[in-house]
Amino acid sequence: MARAATPRQIALELERRRREAAGVAVGQSYWQIARRRFLRHRLALIGAGVALALTATALLAPWIAPHPFTQIDLQRRWQQPALTGNLFGTDELGRDVLTRIMYAGRISLVVGYVTAVTISIIGSLVGALAGFYGGWVDSVLMRLVDILISVPTLPLYLILAALVPGGGVGRIVFVLSVFGWTTVARLVRGQILSLKSQDFVEAGRAMGASEGRIIFRHLIPNALAPVIVASTLVVGNAILIESALSYLGLGIQPPIPSWGNMLQRAQEYLLKASWLAIFPGLCIFITVLSFNFLGDGLRDALDPRLKT
Amino acid sequence: MLRFVARRAVHGVIILVGLSVLLFALLVLTPGDPVELIAASTPDIKPEDVAALRAYYGLDDPIYIRYFKWARSVLHGDLGYSRTYGTPVIGLMGERLRNTLALLATSVFLAFIAGVAIGIYSALHQYSVVDYTVTVLAFAGLAMPVFWQGIVFILVFAVWLPWFPAGGMMTPGVEPGWPMFWNRLWHMVLPVAVLATSGMAAWTRYMRSSMLEVIRQDYVRTARAKGNSEKVVINKHALRNALIPIITLVALSIPGILNGAVLTETVFSWPGMGLLLFQAVLGHDYNVAMAVLLFVALMTVLFNLFADVAYAMVDPRIRYE
Repeated sequence: MARAATPRQIALELERRRREAAGVAVGQSYWQIARRRFLRHRLALIGAGVALALTATALLAPWIAPHPFTQIDLQRRWQQPALTGNLFGTDELGRDVLTRIMYAGRISLVVGYVTAVTISIIGSLVGALAGFYGGWVDSVLMRLVDILISVPTLPLYLILAALVPGGGVGRIVFVLSVFGWTTVARLVRGQILSLKSQDFVEAGRAMGASEGRIIFRHLIPNALAPVIVASTLVVGNAILIESALSYLGLGIQPPIPSWGNMLQRAQEYLLKASWLAIFPGLCIFITVLSFNFLGDGLRDALDPRLKT
Repeated sequence: MLRFVARRAVHGVIILVGLSVLLFALLVLTPGDPVELIAASTPDIKPEDVAALRAYYGLDDPIYIRYFKWARSVLHGDLGYSRTYGTPVIGLMGERLRNTLALLATSVFLAFIAGVAIGIYSALHQYSVVDYTVTVLAFAGLAMPVFWQGIVFILVFAVWLPWFPAGGMMTPGVEPGWPMFWNRLWHMVLPVAVLATSGMAAWTRYMRSSMLEVIRQDYVRTARAKGNSEKVVINKHALRNALIPIITLVALSIPGILNGAVLTETVFSWPGMGLLLFQAVLGHDYNVAMAVLLFVALMTVLFNLFADVAYAMVDPRIRYE
């Protein structure tokens, strides 16, 4: 028979369990704790799985798409979705909708990922400069952020998109990045402000590190967690804005397919071919939803203080 | 209090001025100024006439002088001429402004009431099936592309079930008076439902977490301990405090809802400011686009100011200094 536990042992055990439940077990690194918290977040795991599956489908489109991308079959226009034949139906030119959705996914996802990367870089740089140097640099940059955060951005995107010629991925990433970096900049600035007076930065300075080294080696890496969370949410948001712009005819231009521009004429054909309106939009919705779940889980895991 | 309002107002003016500089810069970057357009449509124009016109419009002035001239005319209510319609821009705004405000006000109001009510219910029944469903639905509402939701609503509620009109503001030829009023209301149902979704989703989530935080506070326990009924505790003590942060969040969501309004009006051909903006951008009618943007910015700034003041009024803990 086991010896009866002393009150002290019980208290210790309770404390251990409490910590375990709160995910702050001792003897684990920040990233280990974060990983455990993340793995407990069911919706975030589903989100990650779906996002991964969508990305893989898009990447493998040339090999797994049921029809060649350029195939036009005027004999088979307006085919309804069917298990045999065209799973998602065909469009006004007899093109297979599933095939087009897969290829469009490549474009929409690339826009999302690349925008997230550019926005993280621009935002981190601006935020770091503002937070580190303070003074008028900070004032000017943060007033700009204030302006961009407090007005609706879609009209700005519309005008910018109408001004920049072209119809490809690079153009839309540019348009989205010009006004999109503000949230990341504000987050990084806040982190830098609280980090820059800490001892390890002072130590770096005392050892003669240059300002650039302090910013890039000591400050930005420590401000990474909120940037990761924010840029995950940017992926979904960028896809949302890209699809809206493409739907309005100011984003990705046909013949390059994107989920947004596939919906451009769907409203016209609503009576005749409702499936043309349903599937591309469903893809946007599922993609954005899974990236939002993923971002939410990452936020809970990496930065529990930010929890809403 | 007055000083606080004044300071926030100054802040709002700074944002407006900054934005107008930004917009003006965008406008100047536009390829094709008015004179080039005149020249292009009049092939036999003489070069010296072009030069005279450029001088007349002040296009050769330094950019900051052009900005000040433009700002002065805007402040005098002169927003320029529309290229597409050939009329002063200000004349295009009146009715569309009313249409947009009708759509916007109804959506925000309904989204707020619904969001707050659902959020409270969800918080009071934390971890129940309803709470879980509400959380997932709120995520869905935030991830839904506004224009696609509009298309799907048209498909379901106007095509499959012919209950509501697929677009427009009213049926032509309806008698004025009550029939017209009901007809307009009937046209508003789908656009309002679409526009209200994202706001409702966001406010439900905020309200839920705000309420969850408040019902754990000591003063709520005190209110219970005094023997108040659950209804009084929730409605008087918890709800009032939980609503305070929501005011700011509503103000912060307004830009996003205005984004949604542009898309909703386009999908439902609702003749408001958003549709006007979209058509102006497509037709390179930049005076109109500029006017709509300035108006939208003004509205956002005013709304923020209003929220700041409301916040300070309902929460005595906030100091105005």
